[in-house]
Amino acid sequence: MFPTSVPITYTSGEQIEVYRFSIPVTVGVPLAALFLQAFLPRRIFSIFDLPLLVTIFFAMARRNPISGLLTGAAIGLAQDMLGPYPIGIYGIAKTVVGYFASSLGAKLDVENVGARLLVTLAFYLVHAAVYFTVARGMVSMTLNWSWSRGVLAGLANAVLGVGLYFFLDKFKQRT
Amino acid sequence: MESVLGRYRNLTILVGVLFLQVLGLAVQVKRTGEAENTRLIRIWAVDTITPFERVLVWAQNGSSNIWHNYIFLRGVRAENRQLKQQIEQMRLEQVRLSEDAEQAHRLQQLVGFKEQVIAKTVPAQVIGSSGSDLSRSIYIDKGSNDGVATDQAVITAHGIVGKVLRVYPSTSLVLMINDQTSGVGAMLEKSRLQGVLKGTADGAVTLERVMSDEQVAPGDTVLSSGGDQIFPKGLPVGTVSKVSPGREMFLKIDVKPAADLSRLEEVLVVTEKQEQNAVVDNATRVKAADILAQRLPSVPDKPPADAKVATSGNGGSPAAGTGTGVSTQLVSAPKPEATQHPGATILPTAAKVSSGTSATGAATNSARAAGGRSISNGGQQATSDTTSKKTTPAAASSAANKTPADNNGSGAKNNSAASGTGSNVAKAPTQPAAARPKPVPAPSNPQPQPPASEDVPH
Repeated sequence: MFPTSVPITYTSGEQIEVYRFSIPVTVGVPLAALFLQAFLPRRIFSIFDLPLLVTIFFAMARRNPISGLLTGAAIGLAQDMLGPYPIGIYGIAKTVVGYFASSLGAKLDVENVGARLLVTLAFYLVHAAVYFTVARGMVSMTLNWSWSRGVLAGLANAVLGVGLYFFLDKFKQRT
Repeated sequence: MESVLGRYRNLTILVGVLFLQVLGLAVQVKRTGEAENTRLIRIWAVDTITPFERVLVWAQNGSSNIWHNYIFLRGVRAENRQLKQQIEQMRLEQVRLSEDAEQAHRLQQLVGFKEQVIAKTVPAQVIGSSGSDLSRSIYIDKGSNDGVATDQAVITAHGIVGKVLRVYPSTSLVLMINDQTSGVGAMLEKSRLQGVLKGTADGAVTLERVMSDEQVAPGDTVLSSGGDQIFPKGLPVGTVSKVSPGREMFLKIDVKPAADLSRLEEVLVVTEKQEQNAVVDNATRVKAADILAQRLPSVPDKPPADAKVATSGNGGSPAAGTGTGVSTQLVSAPKPEATQHPGATILPTAAKVSSGTSATGAATNSARAAGGRSISNGGQQATSDTTSKKTTPAAASSAANKTPADNNGSGAKNNSAASGTGSNVAKAPTQPAAARPKPVPAPSNPQPQPPASEDVPH
């Protein structure tokens, strides 16, 4: 069984806690996020990016850049497959996010609410920046960035992320 | 070298993974330019996700149907009654519009106009979205097995939705009009100004490429222009919600889509369009008076003897005499062939309705209203006047008498009010009553002026 709570009391580089997840959680949570993202009503939930939140969570919990970037790449590519644009745009963006989130997780304490809020907001913007760069620079798509909507969506995702991370913390397993 | 790779192992792997994805992206972009081939990996992903979505939608609809069809039925009868009334009004309105349309078709036929019509549609249910805030697309539960193909228009009863972007055997991906990469040829209904409809980053829709010196006002209706070869011309797109100066010399016109793109449940995929010459279909015409006749109590067929007696009563009792006489006469009279003037064709049938029953007055009024509507497109005010005259009892016999003369004696006396062509009937009131020639017996009947009804063939 999974532990119901995980005490995190140390955050130094040498003693930082690294978690792992069972295979059902590793596969099921990203799939559930993708499925919910596709099925939930667009009017309310289109602003949220559940696959991104899941990517950030797994990357920060595992604290392993390779694991983080591979998780991001897998989730991003799966999200690309459901979308109308060429496969790889989300893949690249989430690969970058996964890499940096896990690198950040290995150096900082990202377990408290404030840090999670800021990290999620920052990574949402990084994700959007990479996405737009690739979409406009490589695929020549005519996408426009809206700062107001971007920041609003980032904040909304950050708030949702804090709640989601709290829920997903229950599935963590100590190595 | 190995030490460098080992030292920057994570970064190296990151670069490697990114490079692979970029490579894959490049391959796709190149292939997309040559021919639209759906990649197998996409098919797998869609086939994995959509069955779950189908089941959920099915369950959701099932529970919703149980509630709406069996439990929530309060007020249905009253609503049904109201809807029936509304349908009757709309049918009358439809007649007027169909007359207008036929006139337009005739004119189009004259100039050899080719029109594009929706020949076949496939209803589909929305089962999911692309799962991304940065793209606006939906999945529908119809695919190539149902005749759906790429670049087909997707619409609702309210307006256009988007186009089919990708097709799978049993599902399709629809790119909506508010996606940033979509483009729809659109025009303003009133001014006929054409532009390109594009999506914005926040999911709104704008009409671009309209010059800033043009007059566009909020509330203007936007229609599809047909220029994109996907959406047939004239489909509702939305209404202008805001107009502001845009980049360069163009206006920035915000459009509120006619279809609620965030709450789509069922859509229609236009699977077949036809280009055809304008056709005037006279065989299926529905007349306003026919609809009125359906609404009135039916009049039983009278035996010939009764009819003879009744029709001989020129100027007699309005209800039983002349009214019925006119009715019998008009029913038996040949139907006018010349239907070039919509108002004129309504006249005989309208008079037919006004038989000698208690409903005569109502029918007359209704027929007058219908006649007045019908003539509005042809500008033949005369028809309305004629209708009102012929349906009044006093005027009935005189109308029957004078009609042969108005018809220039081209027919027998049965060329009465009913048999007169539309143009002839329409001409009648243009002459003042005093200036009209006296009734002249038809050449085929040398007897001195019998009652009009006697010559009516039964």
